[in-house]
Amino acid sequence: MGEDPRDKSSIQPGRSAVIAPGHTFATVTDKISSIVLTRRTPLFWFVPFLIASGLLMVFLAAVGYLFARGVGIWGIRVPVMWGWAITNFVWWIGIGHAGTLISAILLLLRQSWRNSINRFAEAMTLFAVACAGMFPLLHLGRPWLFYWLFPYPNSMGVQPQFRSPLVWDVFAVSTYATVSAMFWFVGLIPDLATLRDRARNRWARATYGILAMGWRGAASHWQKYETASLLLAGLATPLVLSVHTVVSFDFTVAIVPGWHSTIFPPYFVAGAIYSGFAMVLVLAIPLRAMYGLEDLITMRHLDNMAKVMLATGQIVAYSYLFEAFIAWYSGNTYEMFAIWNRMTGPYAPTYWLLIFCNLVFPQLLWLKKIRTNIVWLFVMSLDVLLGMWLERYVIVVVSLHRDFLPSSWGIYSPTIWDVATFVGTIGLFFFLFFLFIRSMPMISIFEVRTLLPQAEVTEGIEK
Amino acid sequence: MKMPGKPYSHLDLAAIRARLASSRGRNYWRSLEELAESEGFQELLEREFPRHAAEWQPDAAGRRQFMKVMGASLALAGLSACTRQPTETIMPYVRQPEEVIPGKPLYFATAVAHSAIAIGVLVESHLGRPTKVDGNPEHPASLGATDALAQASVLDLYDPDRSQTLTYLGDIRPWSGFLGAAREALGSQTAKSGAGLRFLTGATTSPTLADQFRTVLQKFPAAKWHRYEPVGRHASLAGARQAFGEPLHTYYQIAKADVILSLDADFLCTGPASVRYAADFASRRRVRGNQTAMNRLYVAESTATPTGAKADHRLPLRASDVEAFAASVAAGVGVKGVDTPASNGMTSGPLAKWIAALVKDLGQHRGASVVIPGDHQSPAVHVLAHAINLALGNVGHTVIHTDSLDPNPVDDFESLHELVEDMDAGKVEMLVIVGGNPVYNAPVDFAFAQHMSKVKLRIHLGLYADETSELCQWHIPEAHFLETWSDARAYDGAITILQPLILPLYFGRSVHELLAAFGDTPNQTPYEIVKGHWNRQHPGADFEDWWRKAVHDGIVPNTALPARQVTFKGAPTAPARPAQAQALEIVFRPDPHIFDGRFANNGWLQELPKPLTTLTWDNAAIISPRTAERLSLQNEDLVELEYRGRKVRAPIWMQPGHADDSVTVHLGFGRTRAGRVGNGVGFNAYSLRTSEAPLFDSGVEIVKLGSKFPLAATQNHHLMEGRAIVISGKVDEYRKNPAFAKEQAEEPPKELTIYPGFKYEGYAWGMAIDQTACVGCNVCMIACQAENNIPVVGKEQVAMRRSMHWIRVDSYYGGSMDNPETHFQPLPCMHCENAPCELVCPVQATNHSSEGLNDMVYNRCVGTRYCSNNCPYKVRRFNFFLYSDWNTPSLKLQRNPDVSVRSRGVMEKCTYCVQRINEAKIDAEKEDRRVHDGEIQTACQQACPTQAIVFGDINDPASRVARLKAEPLNYSLLAELNTRPRTTYLAALRNPNPEIENS
Repeated sequence: MGEDPRDKSSIQPGRSAVIAPGHTFATVTDKISSIVLTRRTPLFWFVPFLIASGLLMVFLAAVGYLFARGVGIWGIRVPVMWGWAITNFVWWIGIGHAGTLISAILLLLRQSWRNSINRFAEAMTLFAVACAGMFPLLHLGRPWLFYWLFPYPNSMGVQPQFRSPLVWDVFAVSTYATVSAMFWFVGLIPDLATLRDRARNRWARATYGILAMGWRGAASHWQKYETASLLLAGLATPLVLSVHTVVSFDFTVAIVPGWHSTIFPPYFVAGAIYSGFAMVLVLAIPLRAMYGLEDLITMRHLDNMAKVMLATGQIVAYSYLFEAFIAWYSGNTYEMFAIWNRMTGPYAPTYWLLIFCNLVFPQLLWLKKIRTNIVWLFVMSLDVLLGMWLERYVIVVVSLHRDFLPSSWGIYSPTIWDVATFVGTIGLFFFLFFLFIRSMPMISIFEVRTLLPQAEVTEGIEK
Repeated sequence: MKMPGKPYSHLDLAAIRARLASSRGRNYWRSLEELAESEGFQELLEREFPRHAAEWQPDAAGRRQFMKVMGASLALAGLSACTRQPTETIMPYVRQPEEVIPGKPLYFATAVAHSAIAIGVLVESHLGRPTKVDGNPEHPASLGATDALAQASVLDLYDPDRSQTLTYLGDIRPWSGFLGAAREALGSQTAKSGAGLRFLTGATTSPTLADQFRTVLQKFPAAKWHRYEPVGRHASLAGARQAFGEPLHTYYQIAKADVILSLDADFLCTGPASVRYAADFASRRRVRGNQTAMNRLYVAESTATPTGAKADHRLPLRASDVEAFAASVAAGVGVKGVDTPASNGMTSGPLAKWIAALVKDLGQHRGASVVIPGDHQSPAVHVLAHAINLALGNVGHTVIHTDSLDPNPVDDFESLHELVEDMDAGKVEMLVIVGGNPVYNAPVDFAFAQHMSKVKLRIHLGLYADETSELCQWHIPEAHFLETWSDARAYDGAITILQPLILPLYFGRSVHELLAAFGDTPNQTPYEIVKGHWNRQHPGADFEDWWRKAVHDGIVPNTALPARQVTFKGAPTAPARPAQAQALEIVFRPDPHIFDGRFANNGWLQELPKPLTTLTWDNAAIISPRTAERLSLQNEDLVELEYRGRKVRAPIWMQPGHADDSVTVHLGFGRTRAGRVGNGVGFNAYSLRTSEAPLFDSGVEIVKLGSKFPLAATQNHHLMEGRAIVISGKVDEYRKNPAFAKEQAEEPPKELTIYPGFKYEGYAWGMAIDQTACVGCNVCMIACQAENNIPVVGKEQVAMRRSMHWIRVDSYYGGSMDNPETHFQPLPCMHCENAPCELVCPVQATNHSSEGLNDMVYNRCVGTRYCSNNCPYKVRRFNFFLYSDWNTPSLKLQRNPDVSVRSRGVMEKCTYCVQRINEAKIDAEKEDRRVHDGEIQTACQQACPTQAIVFGDINDPASRVARLKAEPLNYSLLAELNTRPRTTYLAALRNPNPEIENS
């Protein structure tokens, strides 16, 4: 391993370093583990946690009422039979993609700067997938029968209908959730062992001890660990592309004008990464400020992530333009109408806001000034999150509300319960996320240590 | 309409409505005050049902008081146990009654006679429960089809809000108690030969009832029998009186007419003969192969109706201008004595050409044309129509005059007025209101309720404890027509004997029983009365056979009234009022479904979209778009209609094709004691209607109130957006190029799918819908609802586009907004061969059957609703909530036992009435044969008056449906999607007059 590119990248001249100078193994370990083990839980943790808990209660109330009455409490109606629920599903699952991309693809590509952000990005993936996975279940007319979507031996002699993209979704999302969880957990093991070793409280020691699965840091452990994480990265990599591709099939396989389009798979994947990186930034910017982690999550990270956003944003922009062009080029009445109706119909403001959020405003990311200004970046990330939500809303609702027969055209509007369910999942997401940063090392301790110059030196001596 | 700010403003009625609408079926409430949760009522409630037992202080005296009260109650409770129920033994069938096979329905002939004129029906009965009303093919007014009111009548039978007990001042009394009281009151009347006795009934055509009244009036010669029908045929009678000197009845033989002119008559969809008229009308418009002859329909109308929508030429005219128009036509066809003042604007201007072409067309079809005046037009228009028909030699050919159907015809408003005057003068001591609801629907200037209070003894017989029974001491629950015997005449006079299918559910009494109470034999059953009457007409030894056959067939042979020769006596007075420019006119019409208000508590009818406007659960002030523009009004704007010093609040609805400067209000809404469904729905247009102008009048003013009142319409977009949805053309185009429709529908090659096709070796079910024949009456929707246990969802859900009808009738407009060309398109499931819904269901809940049906497996459905998103026709319906009423016992009796009642979270849709298909297949299999063509009729097909819907096996090239699908007019809707629908359409054809077309 003589030529390790990551070391060069970390000390390239003219670019800010991945890790701020002055850190040693001990300081890194101290800094990250103390958040969990020794430092007092700060007020800035409690306030958002309580807000998130409150929203989680909203979610439970909304779901309770939903189960009691039926999906009619939402705004869905003929012809818009999918509303906020599916919009939210696609949005959440898209957000998850950034975590997998960071932890798997960037690992394979040896982008070592990812080491400071992959842990919480992966956690974000897990929690986003948890939120996403809830919606297809909640939106069922009879949610208690959700398991009928799985192929299992049953006395009814009926299996799922494998031509339906919803069945593909079941496999895609459940595989994704499993692999993400495993990857995340495997990556945590060395750090859990560190926590076990440093914990003073008996319960904490026992808990972390059990979770650490007997990790002793032996060379054989490391060797197995490296193999496992590489394998899992290999498994997760195609998932980054496949999950959102399959999700996009929900739309492309249908004949609804505005859905039935071959550009959707790449466009959805790019959009997913776009919104995912936005979410990572939304989480990272306040976290590093609050916990004083600017030296571990440096401007270099933020700049890189902004660049990924810019790149995926351009793909998304290209897709928007081509969607419109192909609709016109096809000469198909329904396709042309669908696009024209997006632009000028009753939901036109939504469409133009989406264009602004996803296509126009992010062009500012071309400027380094913007990319290195955390306020601008934060605003930009929120803007992209909003824009990507609107994109899914436009695809789901605006395409459906006026399809083939004008007699069944109608206007959709969400009810308070749609909003409560969505806001509730945001609550759930942050509830889980704040629990995570309180109880787990939010930055990978051992991986960050490898970024230090000392790691290089040690390696050299060993050789 | 009940809205905040009205006289009873201390109640927040809008809130009540919202609460009522959100409660579904099982929440009973005691009064409007409770609903409003007003403080006063809460206080009352507290006192009556003390939640906190505030009065009972925890001291000894209070407890003693309590024990005393309890003791007394217990003693009384013991007393009530003294009436011992007689021992009754129930027995199982040892010998099964003939023909009763569990699971096999029986059919009985009877008739629906809503405005006293009968439509013969066959009622399906499952083990003694009538479940569905369908037409009697032997009956001239039905020919096997029905109207929406007949279809819905079975729901009235099981309505849990029907009055269930006989009451005196609100207390329950036995029938014998009523008889005793009536006898006593009659005792004092006998001396005065009944001078203080008055009867008030609706219109009637029942020979038995007429006979009974004759007897009663013989006994009490000074008593009077009044008749009042709020929406009746009084204009037609008055017209006949003026024209012929006697109140003759007129009916039409539309099948013989080549040219038809409707003078504001919705003869295709309204009225007791409309089913037959629509059938006859459509029978002359079937263009098949080389048979290209079509009749031609001209319509001049104020309110836009389906008849106008079907017209080859339609002229929107204010109701008050129709007379001038008719006079111009009369003058044109050579009626003498009609002056057509030039000032009426008809003889000059652009209309003149129209009228000239019409007159020419009529003149070319002497004896084969017909002019039909509307029941809601003035008597003068009726006179003119009679004159025109006589001048054209139509009488005896297409126009038949007979004696009146009512054995003793009177003018409704005069008759009621006489009663009101007598009541006012204190001459009335005992008033018997038989059916009807005059307190609600009498002309407002009569102040009926106020005058009625002067009558000492008031008796009301009615299906519901309604507004009238509230003000009467005695209320007697009436037997539904499916519960009792009676008889009635059809539009041509043919008599049907109405037979019951079930014993009265709530001990209801029939009209005949009530009348018998005033005769010498008060305890006769309706069976004895009706049979006795007919026995007197047929005293022969063969009576029993005659009776059995008449009852069984549902029609008494040779009872159609003979045609009368007529001579025109009255000169047509043609005052032809000059049209007052800009003065708004108000037109009172019965609601297409609620009628005069009597069906207000029928959820099926409330939720059935009204033709053209597609409104449900409300009436509205309907105006033309141009008038709306002039008054700067929008849909759903709340306005105050001010007419002759009276005001009512109403929401605005714009109807393309409505006459300008005219407001149509539908009667029958704004009921206060209709029941849970009908209370407080819409506004009460009767509160503006006077006896002087019960039909229409000018001088209404619209005051915009600045707020909105949401209405629930089922279709909001009526333009085709340049898509080939309803393909239509002129019959001339068809003659030139029969395939013109096919050329517009692009059918992709069959192999354009990656999935292998299906093979249909046995049957292959399909449907063809003739859009030329469809008149947009919506009866198919309600027939489907009755057959397939489709729930009612309520106004809020309809407004959210969640109504559950499996078949809908779309309407599309073309041309100008002021007088559009309208097309109707009934839309059941298309049963596509490449069904987009089947492909996307994740759990195989919607599947393709071996016979090409797109089957829905309710038990398997988990409710992803993906199928609905992917259905280009949007025919799938979803149970967003638990819509079906699983609790009300009486409603369970109505359900079709062959069809599942769906639960929450499940998708449903048209099945092509698969239960009927399977029944026929089982029958055929038992007899080792194939199902005959026509053996299976879907519910929509069966009810359709014009036979626009044809169903059958397309594997059989000789079947009607296969032959229709081979017609050049046949095309698939959205064929370019390669869905290959099994339901196909025949392009809509019109037969316009080239002279008008080209001018």
